[in-house]
Amino acid sequence: MFAYISRRLAVSFLILLAASFAVYVIFAFLPFDPAALTCGKNCNDPGIIEANRSRLGYDLPFFTQYFLFLKGLFVGRTFGEGAAMISCPAPSLGYSFQEHACVTDLIGEALPVTFSLAIGAIVMWLALGIGLGILAARFRGQIVDRLSTIFVLIGTSLPTFLTGLILLVFVVIRWGLIPFPSGNYTPFFENPFEWAQILFLPWLTLAFAYAALYTRFVRSSVIDTSNEDYIRTARAKGLSEGVILGKHTLRAALAPIATMAGLDFAGLLGGAILTESVFNLPGLGRLAISAVTKYDLPIIVATTLLAAFIVVILNLIVDILYAYIDPRVRVA
Amino acid sequence: MTLLKVENLCVDFPTPDGLVAAVHDTSFEINPGETLAIVGESGSGKTVTNLALMGLIPLRTANVTGSAIFESHDGPVDLLEMDRKDLRKHRGRDIAMIFQDPMSSLHPFYTIGDQIIEAHQVHNQVDEKISKAKAIELLEMVGIQGAATRLRSFPHQFSGGMRQRVMIAMALINNPSLLIADEPTTALDVTVQAQIMKLLSDLQREFKMAMILITHDMGVVAGAADRVNVMYAGRIVESAHVKDLYANPLMPYTQGLLASVPRMDRPQTDRLSAIPGQPPSMIALPIGCSFNPRCSRKNEVGASKCESQMPDLTPRGNQHYSRCFIGEGA
Repeated sequence: MFAYISRRLAVSFLILLAASFAVYVIFAFLPFDPAALTCGKNCNDPGIIEANRSRLGYDLPFFTQYFLFLKGLFVGRTFGEGAAMISCPAPSLGYSFQEHACVTDLIGEALPVTFSLAIGAIVMWLALGIGLGILAARFRGQIVDRLSTIFVLIGTSLPTFLTGLILLVFVVIRWGLIPFPSGNYTPFFENPFEWAQILFLPWLTLAFAYAALYTRFVRSSVIDTSNEDYIRTARAKGLSEGVILGKHTLRAALAPIATMAGLDFAGLLGGAILTESVFNLPGLGRLAISAVTKYDLPIIVATTLLAAFIVVILNLIVDILYAYIDPRVRVA
Repeated sequence: MTLLKVENLCVDFPTPDGLVAAVHDTSFEINPGETLAIVGESGSGKTVTNLALMGLIPLRTANVTGSAIFESHDGPVDLLEMDRKDLRKHRGRDIAMIFQDPMSSLHPFYTIGDQIIEAHQVHNQVDEKISKAKAIELLEMVGIQGAATRLRSFPHQFSGGMRQRVMIAMALINNPSLLIADEPTTALDVTVQAQIMKLLSDLQREFKMAMILITHDMGVVAGAADRVNVMYAGRIVESAHVKDLYANPLMPYTQGLLASVPRMDRPQTDRLSAIPGQPPSMIALPIGCSFNPRCSRKNEVGASKCESQMPDLTPRGNQHYSRCFIGEGA
């Protein structure tokens, strides 16, 4: 197991290196002058542009720039000299001239928001999707199953921005149950109640869409597993239906859910752009989208890389978890 | 004393195309310690018969009627009448079952120890250590080396024959009075088949249990069975002691089955004989005798009779029964 994990870690590291290079190539060859973009919209003072260019190292050859970027990740990085020197400590992802901040700091502010959003949403949709999926499979063709089909249909066809807006209009504006999202975010450790209050509707919005998918998936997985020979064996042993479902069917039926949930969680951590926009949450998605509209290249590179990093890491976790769940994939 | 007496068992599956009578009006008995073989082609109803007895056919998918009086630990019970929850107490304790494919019949995520111990625990309120000792004892009995350490192995770490041994150990752990073996050797290599059959008959003697052996392998039947029921299209078409059946098969279908077995003690002819045609569709059974379209001897009694009437299962002496007009009343 240890050899397996270290091998996977090494591969993951190579994947990330390749991803960072790819992103950096795109960054370097985009038809924008990153230096010109650093001094704002109506800036055409060649002096400032050239000064910024040399401060940010954009005048250096491509590979040197890439190397400096990688080096910055491990040892931090400074831009410029003397009084105007800006230093971004490791892991430095560069400096955004438009936000006047180290990119790592910007991400450090946005990541907890997105993480809070994703973790709450996944808990909700797993509970709802797995619960409803099992019920639908258990009472196949009966009223619960039909209701779940309706739920699945609505959940999969409503886009999140619409669900989000509907929730905002009714729960917040019409019924006034929750105050209007102000764009502020309260960290969990500051005030857990406020944290949950701010995030509740975004969680619901995301969970709704995902729960529908999971309900459908869990339902068919449970039904397929119930038809397996080993479930017949369990029944022939005289086990109760509860034990057969809880111990024998679900263990096998839910194993693929671990993979699905891991990847969906990774996707969300990369930034739930629509949901964050609708609910005005200062998360990674919003950071990325505003960077894109402003051509804030360092932030774009950093958020893309972060998303790749999260996907790779969660994939690794899922694979290790899967080996724990299914002994057949365990490596000797 | 009869261990199990099945009378007028019918299993019908409603389908969009009509009612499929998978098992039709089937009656048979089995005595303690006896081996009853049920033979027939795929789809003849042999597996469904036994799944019905075990209550393993989902209630909403089939209509099961008839009676099956079984002499259980707690006295006679009707397996078909009783509540499914009560039936559960007999499954795995009084009646155990082993299946065709030992690869897919064991849960891939649990160790075989977990699975065998679970089979003991569900019917015995004893400490898990006792169940574990029992599991080791049974694994040794079925010929698994190093049983104590093998308890921690997963099914995929065993070969097919070993897996079937594990299934047998699991089935026998509660000392059942009846073992239903549904094609226990079909998925195995020929040499392993012989070992498993030998093991089953040894254990059967040791545990003094009756066995219903479902198979389509006439060779296996000859070696293991006391009585044989031949099934065709959901009905028993011939029933006899194994020696009588092999010496004097009465129903043309049985004759065809026996003729299709390769024999090493006979001169080698160029081709194995086969029964012409295919088993009928269970939705549109032929009118008259279900076997008549494939029967080569129907002219002996007049084809029109076979094509219009279903013969009854009638006694032909020495507990030999045949469902055929040929030789009827003779």
